[in-house]
Amino acid sequence: MNLDLRIPMGMMFTLVGLILTVYGLATQGSDIYVRSMGINANLDWGIVLLIFGSTMFLLGRRGQKKADSAPPAPVAEGSVRRGH
Amino acid sequence: MLLYFVFVLGIGFALKRYMKTSKDFFQAGRALPAWICGLAFISANLGAQEVIGMGASGAKYGIATSHFYWIGAIPAMIFVGIFMMPFYYGSKARSVPEFLRLRFDEKTRALNACSFAVMTVFSSGISMYAMARLIQTLHVFDYLFISAGLPLGYIFHFSILLSAIIVLGYIFLGGLTSAIYNEVLQFFLIIAGFLPLVLIGLKNVGGWSGLKAAMPNPSYLHSWQGMAHANTNPLGVEVFGLAMGLGFVLSFGYWCTDFLVIQTAMATDTQENARRVPLIAAIPKMFFPFLVILPGLLAIGAMKPQPTVTTHVEANGTIIRDIKDIPTEAESKGVGLVPAKTNPLSGKIMLDASGKPLLDYDLAIPSMLLHYFPTGILGLGLTALLASFMSGMAGNVTAFNTVWTYDLYQSYIHKGASDKHYLAMGRWATVGGILLSMATAYAATGFNNIMDTLQLVFSFVNAPLFATFLLGMFWKRATGNGAFIGLISGTVAAVLHHGMTLPIEAHPGMHGGWIAILHHYPSDMAQNFWTAIWAFSTNFMVTIVVSLFGKPKPESELVGLVHSLTPKPDMGHLPWWRRPEALAVVLLVMVVALNVIFR
Repeated sequence: MNLDLRIPMGMMFTLVGLILTVYGLATQGSDIYVRSMGINANLDWGIVLLIFGSTMFLLGRRGQKKADSAPPAPVAEGSVRRGH
Repeated sequence: MLLYFVFVLGIGFALKRYMKTSKDFFQAGRALPAWICGLAFISANLGAQEVIGMGASGAKYGIATSHFYWIGAIPAMIFVGIFMMPFYYGSKARSVPEFLRLRFDEKTRALNACSFAVMTVFSSGISMYAMARLIQTLHVFDYLFISAGLPLGYIFHFSILLSAIIVLGYIFLGGLTSAIYNEVLQFFLIIAGFLPLVLIGLKNVGGWSGLKAAMPNPSYLHSWQGMAHANTNPLGVEVFGLAMGLGFVLSFGYWCTDFLVIQTAMATDTQENARRVPLIAAIPKMFFPFLVILPGLLAIGAMKPQPTVTTHVEANGTIIRDIKDIPTEAESKGVGLVPAKTNPLSGKIMLDASGKPLLDYDLAIPSMLLHYFPTGILGLGLTALLASFMSGMAGNVTAFNTVWTYDLYQSYIHKGASDKHYLAMGRWATVGGILLSMATAYAATGFNNIMDTLQLVFSFVNAPLFATFLLGMFWKRATGNGAFIGLISGTVAAVLHHGMTLPIEAHPGMHGGWIAILHHYPSDMAQNFWTAIWAFSTNFMVTIVVSLFGKPKPESELVGLVHSLTPKPDMGHLPWWRRPEALAVVLLVMVVALNVIFR
């Protein structure tokens, strides 16, 4: 399969991380954080996901470039197929 | 949540270009890297039963639930990786039933294919049901429906349809690869959604020592305490029942024969990797108890929802008390954050045979999410939950469409057609599978813990199955007739056992005892485990006896299918630390350590 999963996955987590971080910044100090013991969960976790997402994405891009430029792998033929 | 759906479908579309042959569709072309298959392996298993069910079991039974992982999964995963994958992968069988045909005969395969097909549909339906009920309980779509003027009762049906359409969408387009990729996505999403919950919950309750103090029963935090007798531990099972029932029969039966997970391991590119896949999956599996069982414990230990009362004094001296967030009747009759169970049709609180309110353990984790997460990250948590359900559905649907197309359709209904035809059939099988799941979803309201229901189904089908595989792979004298009759008798034994025993607090009916009540068990789970033991033993003995009376296949046909007749895979060229065996040893050491720490 030629699509490196890390690319779409990285994209999604980066976006989610971005949304959470921005929302977290915007709602700093509001009382919705009483539930989570005053921790600004959105901001903290948003940043974590942002880092995770971008790392995945970059790794994915590098992997994809390597896979695309390498010659196609020969199909490995093991023992004879035993049929249906 | 929308973002997630978009990406999930997007991956399906992107992969459509690669779906040229049926091999691509059903087996992912056998070309995926090991880490992806490894994570998908565990994620396929991470459906509704894991996330909600484990949280529910954690609330009901305490950390002994981790036995499901540390005894119930890791050894089996190691076994399947090291010993069984060479046969599955090397035989080039495209499904587990096909392997049975190669090893035994056609009728054994048919039996397995049929029962497996039924089971996948059942599981998928349960996932669907659980997801719909969850959406309903969490009032996720309430706002949408109210503003559209639709009755709230439709939310349940809407959720079932929504999940059906999305899963159908991405599997129809991308086949197994799509399912696998999305499973990995779901794996990370689940971590992303649940880790903060555990962290915040632990902080709220005061760390590990705070949790200990809040438990209703000290053995909640010890997994092995009181295991000598059934009556002294929350699970209601003693060591033998636990070890044999869970550790051996059920877990091996699942991990070693369930095509749902095997399918993911077989999708990888080499045999060495196929052996590594279950081992790679075992690593996160070991630590998942902290992610899914702990919230269940935290839910029981947390304070019951209290109304928030704010009092303030007006300028002219009047005192105003403002009472908000009044807990519902279900919440106040519950324990900690786990509410009491209400009958979904009548709205009344359900009671057990002794008159105490039944606890709705399945709601442990959702209650935790709603209680601790502020808006924003709550969306993430809910999406993670939904992701786990869809992952469960998807895995089942891909297993179903493969078994249907290759084992039932191609073998019995329409042989020798073109590959394109089967590819199309596979797509339609996906539609059929989803429709059947929907039907099943409307039939699942009897248990207060999804785990129990699933274990019941699995024990009827899987426990006897594993005996067949064990004998098939390691005893060359096992014959097709033996396997076939053994399987049937094993399943019959399971059904009979269920019909003649009853757990203490239950009413006869779906919980057993519908033939006659010969024996009482302390809990549902104990009954399940013993049903499994009976089924396995019956199958084992019957298969041996019948095989001894028949003629086995000639050895030439069994090469590559039986342990003693298969050349050992040549791992000599790998340095010792890269061999699967080394990884397996490390895993065993870790699992023993975990058991010791939490005994």
